[in-house]
Amino acid sequence: MAEKLKAVDAVIIGYGWTGAIMAKTLTDAGLSVVALERGPVRDTSPDFEFPRIADELKYGIRGDLWQPLARETVTIRHRIDEVAVPYRKYGSFVLGNGVGGAGVHWNGQLWRASPEDLQLRSHIEQRYGRKRIPADMTIQDYPVTYAELEPHFDHFEKVCGVSGVAGNLRGTIQSGGNPFEGPRSDGFPTPALPPIRAAELFAKAAAELGYKAFPLPAANSSVAYTNPYGVRMGPCNMCGFCERFGCFLYSKASPQTTILPVLAARPNLEVRANSYVTKILRDNTGKIATGVLYVDESGREMEQPASIVILSAFQMHNVRLLLLSGIGTPYDPISGTGLVGKNYAYQMCSVVAAYFNEEEQINPFIGAGAAGQRAIDEFNSDHFDHSDLDFIGGSVIYAGGTGGRPIDQMLLPPGTPNWGTGWKNAIRKHYRHSAPVVTQGSVMSYRDRYLSLDPTYTDAHGLPLLRMTFDWHENEYQMAAYSAARAEEIVRAMKPEAQATLLTRKGSPYDTRFYQSTHTTGGAIMGSSPANSVINRYSQSWEVSNLFIYGASAFPQNIGYNPTGLLAALAYFSAARLRDTYLRSPGPLVAV
Amino acid sequence: MKVRRALAVSGVLAAVALLAAIVVSFFGDRFAGARDLAEPELAPEVIARGAYLARLGDCAACHSVPGIPAFSGGLRMNTPIGAIYTTNITPDPEHGIGRFTLADFDRALRFGVARGHTLYPAMPYTSYYSTRPEDVAALFVYFRYGVEPSAVPNHRNDVPFPLSMRWPLTFWRWVNAPAPRPFVSPAGLSADEARGAYFVEGLGHCGECHTPRTFTMALAARTAADGAGFLSGARVDNYFAPSLRRDGPGTLEDWSVEEIARFLLTGANARGIAFASMGDVITHSTQHMTAADARAAAIYLHTLAGSDTAGRRRFVYDETEHAALKRGDASKRGAKVYLDNCAACHRPDGLGYARVFPRLAGNDVVEASDPQSVIAIILQGSRTPRTASAPAQFSMPAFAWRLSDQEIADVASFVRTSWGNRAKVTTVESVSRARKIDQ
Repeated sequence: MAEKLKAVDAVIIGYGWTGAIMAKTLTDAGLSVVALERGPVRDTSPDFEFPRIADELKYGIRGDLWQPLARETVTIRHRIDEVAVPYRKYGSFVLGNGVGGAGVHWNGQLWRASPEDLQLRSHIEQRYGRKRIPADMTIQDYPVTYAELEPHFDHFEKVCGVSGVAGNLRGTIQSGGNPFEGPRSDGFPTPALPPIRAAELFAKAAAELGYKAFPLPAANSSVAYTNPYGVRMGPCNMCGFCERFGCFLYSKASPQTTILPVLAARPNLEVRANSYVTKILRDNTGKIATGVLYVDESGREMEQPASIVILSAFQMHNVRLLLLSGIGTPYDPISGTGLVGKNYAYQMCSVVAAYFNEEEQINPFIGAGAAGQRAIDEFNSDHFDHSDLDFIGGSVIYAGGTGGRPIDQMLLPPGTPNWGTGWKNAIRKHYRHSAPVVTQGSVMSYRDRYLSLDPTYTDAHGLPLLRMTFDWHENEYQMAAYSAARAEEIVRAMKPEAQATLLTRKGSPYDTRFYQSTHTTGGAIMGSSPANSVINRYSQSWEVSNLFIYGASAFPQNIGYNPTGLLAALAYFSAARLRDTYLRSPGPLVAV
Repeated sequence: MKVRRALAVSGVLAAVALLAAIVVSFFGDRFAGARDLAEPELAPEVIARGAYLARLGDCAACHSVPGIPAFSGGLRMNTPIGAIYTTNITPDPEHGIGRFTLADFDRALRFGVARGHTLYPAMPYTSYYSTRPEDVAALFVYFRYGVEPSAVPNHRNDVPFPLSMRWPLTFWRWVNAPAPRPFVSPAGLSADEARGAYFVEGLGHCGECHTPRTFTMALAARTAADGAGFLSGARVDNYFAPSLRRDGPGTLEDWSVEEIARFLLTGANARGIAFASMGDVITHSTQHMTAADARAAAIYLHTLAGSDTAGRRRFVYDETEHAALKRGDASKRGAKVYLDNCAACHRPDGLGYARVFPRLAGNDVVEASDPQSVIAIILQGSRTPRTASAPAQFSMPAFAWRLSDQEIADVASFVRTSWGNRAKVTTVESVSRARKIDQ
């Protein structure tokens, strides 16, 4: 029998980016808040201190900051008729754990969505006709527009001290920025960092081909900066340890470096780490959440009653907890009914490696997850005419080079021996003189790609794992091949000695062994009515009006950009409404 | 025979003298301070004023410890004669000061006498002595009516007999502590300067750390009038509390009034960031100062200038070391240790990032006459204070586990002699000594 704790105004499940945003919003409003985080407490000091954090084996390979898969993972299968098997070793994507969540070890590439990304179905139908969208492609519009989200994109960029160059300031295209971005009300809060060498070559080549390269928006402050909450950040020195690591320079935006400092001393907030939520509880009507059940760090089962439940775990965990709690109807791909688990999507990437001669000093150890990189946006979203193409969607293309880590980030030409003298010679020849150009592309949602509870495997608490049913569709093979071809042209113009393309080609199934992207989306999608979605435009559950769900689980399909900017904007959009309307008169914020 | 007789006589004399001393100290403590002071007015604004003054005096620094009610005491302080514990100063009648009259309170605060005996001078009555009567009264009202009573019993001091006897403290007090008298504005100070002096010399008790002590552990100077020793920097624990005077590099020579005020209010400015126990002072005390009071304190500190203004060396940035590091020349002793461990944050040019990672070039702590703080910070690391207006808290990791005494001496010397810094080289012995104290 669970021990029942003192009721609070709100309980937050998952203390990463959106959990921190909501903790700030709700405690600002004077509510008593408990945040439950499955992982440990983490902070820059002592957890990310130099030089201990710059340990590729510990963090980059063994994933010390990630969710331990031995206790809980997901199972994966390609098709509905297969038996899914557990994802036992990290490859394709990594899962955050602990205070700050994946916001601790992300790359910091902070994009806004394109305006048409948010009204994708209407936009495609309008531009290319209704027949353009295949019957099994289940994409839909967001119930919110770019214009509505713009102030929140802007605010989050300021919270994060994002460095970059504006491309569209209030409708006027700016030189040096991304001309394809939606109009922004303000520029980036800090100037772009200087380009790494690979980005310089990329930008020059892109210009020769007529593309407009711009600094990739980086949630790495480029100067000493104070955000709107009064939190000071340090400047990035491009040490090359963003992705998979915590930042020791207080430069990469994370909840720890931007929001948590102002929450640290709040008497109306309690953060309980190592607390594993197993169920969202509801009253007899099923329409009101009454709190959550969780297992605390000593293994006791606790009940935390609350008047508002904030579900702000990672995308997959949000979906799993809804399914475990029996909230909503699980999606059934055969009948197409039910909504929880529907529209799981991913991203599809390719890498074109450029191998230069030894005169070209790429020095890949100078790098960062986002800072110093340059990108083009010509072939993303619907920025280019798809009329004569056999796909929709696209990719952002950028000069990668997040660092020069010795285990994972030494680019060697295909055919290089994996060990011995040949390998050593190749490392000597190529390590300092090679650079990747990356495409990161959208993935649409489909009737047969979804999330559900696994009938076979359970977690350490005996609860069913989440099961992912996913493989690439024709549209994505075409999109990725088209994007990679554009990247190949750019790399050719960079004039390397040799180049090689890593691309998932038609016929190759989704392979979970290799890292591709942690941008998994959908499963608790946002929409215009309870018939097509789990949550409304304010991230409020249609079924349980005091349950709010945040994160990329809301995305009806995936975009070619990194998701953090969009999911944070959706959270701030919701937070404003919650604060201004819901707290005064609780109930559904969108009439059915 | 004679010898025995002489011994007996001197023994008796010694006993009599001892007894006399104890009696004298007893009456000395008994009659310290005023007997009866009129009960002060109980008004919300007086309580608020008392709460503000309690922050200025940083009473919480010693009398509040995390985890128990505020002002319940219990902070352990190690002294050469043993550990003493701060006391409960909540209005609890049994364990706290609930039965104190205003006169009792005044006696404790300014005379260092409570419950009939002299307090250990860890209680800075040696600075509080000049608190004005109306402020003593406001503090009294606050601690009587504005603080929740807490029945936390006082901890017995761990000082062994005979050192635990209190009567010698009376004599220490008579010899070393100033005669309590309300603050009088020194001649020649403006109103703002005097307002600052009242805080800096009095409740702020800055001198307790920043002024050197004599061999009897008395402060070498209590006010500016006592000479150039006042706030000229002193060893505290394992650190060197820097000079707050304007007396060339290694002091507040180049700090503007605005910068000093900003430091008091936020713990950081473009020239430096608070470290060690100053972080607690900022968090508990000075961040709560009104802007006018912080500015007044800064204006007063600005008057504490050395005599020879023209002849004093001024810091001038020198590009030599930065240029060398930029071209890959780390041949200067300590340069390589600096590059590998420090440059990521403090930068090869030693200029750091304002209010994030302090600059080392022209930093008065780095250039201080005593390298102790530099050594201690390298060994133990440091953490900036978190304040309401500067919530981000930055940490420097400890390097004791990673660098040898020689490497620390080298890198301390490097930062103390580079970019225009012209302090003395640090010896490996001083690092070894600091490491031993540290452990």
